[in-house]
Amino acid sequence: MTALAQAWRSDFMWSFRHSPVAVVSFFMVLVLVSGAVFAPLVAPHNPFDPASLNLMNGFSQPMQPNAFTGDVFWLGTDDQGRDVFSTILYGMRISLFVGFCAVLFAMVLGVTLGLIAGYSGGMVSTVIMRIADVQLTFPAILVAMLIFGIAKGFTPVHLRDQMAIWVLILAIGLSDWVQFARVVRGATMVEKRKEYVQAAHLNGRKAVGIMIRHILPNVVGPVLVIATISLALAIIAEATLSFLGVGAPPTQPSLGTLIRIGQGFLFSGEWWILFFPAVTLLALALSVNLLGDWLRDVLNPRLR
Amino acid sequence: MLAFTIRRVFQSFVVLLVVGLVAFSMFRFVGDPIENMLGQERTGADIERLRTQLGLDQPFPVQYLRFLEGAVQGNFGVSYRQGRPVAEIIGERLPATLELAGVSAVLAIFFGLVLGVFTAIRRDGWAANTIMTLSLVGVSLPTFLIGILLIYVFAVELNVLPSFGRGEVIDLGWWRTGFLTESGLKALILPSITLGLYQMTLIMRLVRSEMLEVLRQDYIRFARARGLKEKSVLFRHALKNTLVPVITVTGLQLGAIIAFAIITETVFQWPGVGLLFINAIQFVDIPVMAAYLMLISVLFVAINLVVDLLYFVIDPRLRGDRVTAKG
Amino acid sequence: MAKSVLSVRDLVVEIPTRHAVLRPVDKVSFDIAAGEILGVVGESGAGKSMTGNAVIGLLDRPAHIASGEIWLNGQRVDNLRRDQIRSVRGKEIGMVFQDPLTSLNPLLPIGEQLTETILEHLPVSKQEAEDRAVAALEEVGIPAAAARINSYPHEFSGGMRQRVVIALALCAEPSLVIADEPTTALDVSVQAQIIALLKQLCRERGTAVMLVTHDMGVIAEAVDRVAVMYAGRLAELGPVREVLTRPAHPYTRGLMASTPLASKGHTRLNQIPGAMPPLARLPKGCAFHPRCPEVQDKCLSDPGPTLSGCGGRAACWFATEEVA
Repeated sequence: MTALAQAWRSDFMWSFRHSPVAVVSFFMVLVLVSGAVFAPLVAPHNPFDPASLNLMNGFSQPMQPNAFTGDVFWLGTDDQGRDVFSTILYGMRISLFVGFCAVLFAMVLGVTLGLIAGYSGGMVSTVIMRIADVQLTFPAILVAMLIFGIAKGFTPVHLRDQMAIWVLILAIGLSDWVQFARVVRGATMVEKRKEYVQAAHLNGRKAVGIMIRHILPNVVGPVLVIATISLALAIIAEATLSFLGVGAPPTQPSLGTLIRIGQGFLFSGEWWILFFPAVTLLALALSVNLLGDWLRDVLNPRLR
Repeated sequence: MLAFTIRRVFQSFVVLLVVGLVAFSMFRFVGDPIENMLGQERTGADIERLRTQLGLDQPFPVQYLRFLEGAVQGNFGVSYRQGRPVAEIIGERLPATLELAGVSAVLAIFFGLVLGVFTAIRRDGWAANTIMTLSLVGVSLPTFLIGILLIYVFAVELNVLPSFGRGEVIDLGWWRTGFLTESGLKALILPSITLGLYQMTLIMRLVRSEMLEVLRQDYIRFARARGLKEKSVLFRHALKNTLVPVITVTGLQLGAIIAFAIITETVFQWPGVGLLFINAIQFVDIPVMAAYLMLISVLFVAINLVVDLLYFVIDPRLRGDRVTAKG
Repeated sequence: MAKSVLSVRDLVVEIPTRHAVLRPVDKVSFDIAAGEILGVVGESGAGKSMTGNAVIGLLDRPAHIASGEIWLNGQRVDNLRRDQIRSVRGKEIGMVFQDPLTSLNPLLPIGEQLTETILEHLPVSKQEAEDRAVAALEEVGIPAAAARINSYPHEFSGGMRQRVVIALALCAEPSLVIADEPTTALDVSVQAQIIALLKQLCRERGTAVMLVTHDMGVIAEAVDRVAVMYAGRLAELGPVREVLTRPAHPYTRGLMASTPLASKGHTRLNQIPGAMPPLARLPKGCAFHPRCPEVQDKCLSDPGPTLSGCGGRAACWFATEEVA
């Protein structure tokens, strides 16, 4: 088993080393994620600490000393004098947090429902898969918006901004479980017909535990691929919702919120407030996407 | 075919009932409808009267049926925020969305087909490879960034096209159109490209892969072996077979265009139902949200039905009205 | 020998791969006269279909004709440009594929597929083309042809569809028909009908036929001469009676012994030991030597004589000596 695992791992590493796209996007993701995780250490300013802000620094151009204070900001500042580079790092933190949590939620939900649907069959399976079908009829982003709207309705008004991040995670997660459920259900149905499950039944033992132990290793590959691609989609979905004003609030801006804010300065010439968050979002989404594509080719599960 | 149609109509009906249940539940359980309607100044008598008037004292299934009855008649209640009937607000804004979505769909289908066929035929050429690489980037680009980019280039830098609104519209009584004025048409350009681009990329990639699949088929070899002109082989024989699978996905994409219009309408402040929906979410205006959900579902279901029926037109194998000869 | 419709001389088809250049067809030469049916037999991968595809110019890239000549009615066709070869296809060479279920376009009525082919190659009006289409269907034995002209392929059975395919191959009156395993995909009950139809139509019109098959029964029944292929090379070529009764190449002898038809009286079929090697791993010398019961030292190093159009009958050192 260890020998097998090693062989698989070395094969995996071999194709990784021989794919420049995979290497570049992996390091891109690595840099961006560490930037986000260590934002408090890396960022030159804390954009959410009013004490460190100086309104005189507002609208500083990138790399040029501010006309009033002489301070230099790499990527410039916004209208309130917040350092764009720092807001991007903190914004990416929120974007990635929402993305990871949403995918994790979708994965747990989808895998569980997939196992239940595949194992129990009959009515339960039909109901779960019908819901999945109806949900798939609509674009995920629309489903997420709707869930966001409903969840917001349930949140007490004074808590809405505070809860927005969690509502966002719930909405994106709920809009994205179907793929996971489908793959796991398929694998479970295949496994259910195998002899050891039948044998366990005949021995009067519970087959569920054994099955989960056998099924989960089988679906790790496909689930990992779906999760990676879902992460890219979730990041874009989060950015889209926040951009539309139905996501992360201005008090906790994600990349999408920053772009929404930046769009307001497009006509007045302060392009950097919009440009740098947009490029960061693109780099993040593209590199995660390419990494997912490469994973799919390597693990080669028969995905659509 | 008749049996198939009936079954599909029935399925569509079930989907609509389920969506209706979701919409109704939103209406009923998200917040308190009475509170939302009466605001701060209310008396116990008012509440009771409204409760009876809205039928909220009835059992749940009865309430659901009454909701459906209203929905069928286009009655979705009154917007919490604007205080006007939801049907009226949506009626005003629907033409804007349909015009935008229609133009985008035409653009997406036309260019998707042309580029898909082109990249399939010239599959090793540099132009085809460039288009395919660009399309990969296009798929990863969020729609709203495309919109902002277009605004930056054509409205801010070049200053040739408007960045928001519909321009001048002409009121035809029941439909306000932007097609008849120069400013209306100009205003349509950037939003429709933004909305259509993503769908175009998807259609293009699908057409390409289906076309390559069809070109491997025996009947294409046979058509070549019969000495038909390459043009005839590609367009008469290959393209038509390519369209069969393409139609389904394209149909779904058309539905998606109406949904994605929400994003484009927000970027360009396009006064359609998508922008209305976003504002409704921001202000938790449940009746508008519920009505939008129902509207979108009806459109989706209708598109799906039409797509299924289109199959019969294009694929003779599905038409069961002929007798198979034995021989 | 009557004037040849088709002359193939030293045809070599190559497929460049990453490791080596494969030769699925290696120095193959043969002729087919007007009204003559040449059977081409061999195991799968022996190069039969590849030879047929090379003649009609339909090799799939990266396969290509590396050397040799193909002459059709005195015109060289192997080096034609793409638009020129197109006017030869259908017009001068008709082709019948293996599977009638997949060789007709499912979305076009058969009448349209016929008329488009006729209009492409013959100077006739649309009306005439339609009349000819009906006539062509009648000729191949489709009942009520005029009524069925607007039917779609899926409305016909397999046998009927192959008749339609034959009508399509013959509708522009080509002088050569290449039939690539035309009966393999059909029910046994209709195979004989289709072969008989093909034979009858070609005899009537004086069309030359290249009939690719691996069915020795079809060979015995339908063809005038037979070419036996092994690993891309022509092993034996001769009149069908001669080859069937007195096979000259050890491979042909093995083939005959393993066919119910030729092993008269024997209750048990012989088989040739081993399998044909893949093209990438052909042995040195004669490609058949590892399986040959009569192998000698010479065969291990020297590939043996090549059959040219009029040379000996079998490409084997010892067969040649024996027969000649």
